[in-house]
Amino acid sequence: MVPITYYVGLSAILFGLGAIGVLVRRNAIVIFMSIELMLNSANLAFVAFARYYGALNGQIFVFFVMAVAAAEVAVGLAVIVAIFHSKQSINVDDLDSLKG
Amino acid sequence: MVTDYLLFIPLALIAIVSAVGMIISKNAIYSALNLIVNFGTVAVFYLILGAQFIALAQITVYAGAIMVLFLFVIMLLGAEQLRAPRKVRWQEGTALVAGLILLAEGIYVIFFKPTSTTGYPTVPVGYGSATAIGLELFNQYLLPFEVTSILLLVAMIGAIVLASRRRKSTRSSRFDTTNPLISSDRQP
Repeated sequence: MVPITYYVGLSAILFGLGAIGVLVRRNAIVIFMSIELMLNSANLAFVAFARYYGALNGQIFVFFVMAVAAAEVAVGLAVIVAIFHSKQSINVDDLDSLKG
Repeated sequence: MVTDYLLFIPLALIAIVSAVGMIISKNAIYSALNLIVNFGTVAVFYLILGAQFIALAQITVYAGAIMVLFLFVIMLLGAEQLRAPRKVRWQEGTALVAGLILLAEGIYVIFFKPTSTTGYPTVPVGYGSATAIGLELFNQYLLPFEVTSILLLVAMIGAIVLASRRRKSTRSSRFDTTNPLISSDRQP
């Protein structure tokens, strides 16, 4: 087995790339996908540590994270569709008014 | 031992390259496809780490359901190549620098700080299988599991409300303008 450092390092790299995506991109859908990437990298660290300690709790947590991510995507994409219908744009720079 | 690295390093490279591709793709569809590749490689990592159930859940939930939803919304909005002038010009460079600092910090802490490097313990047969996960889930984590079902229900209702309120208002406004009774009343 590859040492756990490698898995956690890969997880950190993917998380950093997701954070860069959130900060650099202005398309709301791509920002959303970057958030999914960050959630996924955290899941990878969870599973790696679960294997490292021979416990199942980490995998259970990954299960819950997946459920929360699915709920988040459903609501978030509905919000994006609603924003697009009112603003005709999903560029987050355009969404600077409190009252739509 | 060498075969482990032969499996890990190419897969890690694919994961990193697809993540970079997701960020730099101009077309949102390509971003989504890159992310699906990334989820697939992470699922293989889960398999290597002995998490069969989580790996298949990853494929079905993430690469299946969530990414189909993403692609559906991208194509529904026609938002593949929406471009707009940037309002904050220095933002991209600053964001890139800040993200790279975060990345460097993570790499430094993980690879250059002394950590215990004991090996992996041997796990019982069936570790990470659907049976083991199910037993753990329904014995020790029963309450969080039920709360998850409520969360999914709330999310579903929320998505339906958000998506349908808008349609109702457009339909009523369209109804006002094209209603034959109203228009015939107005004409004389």
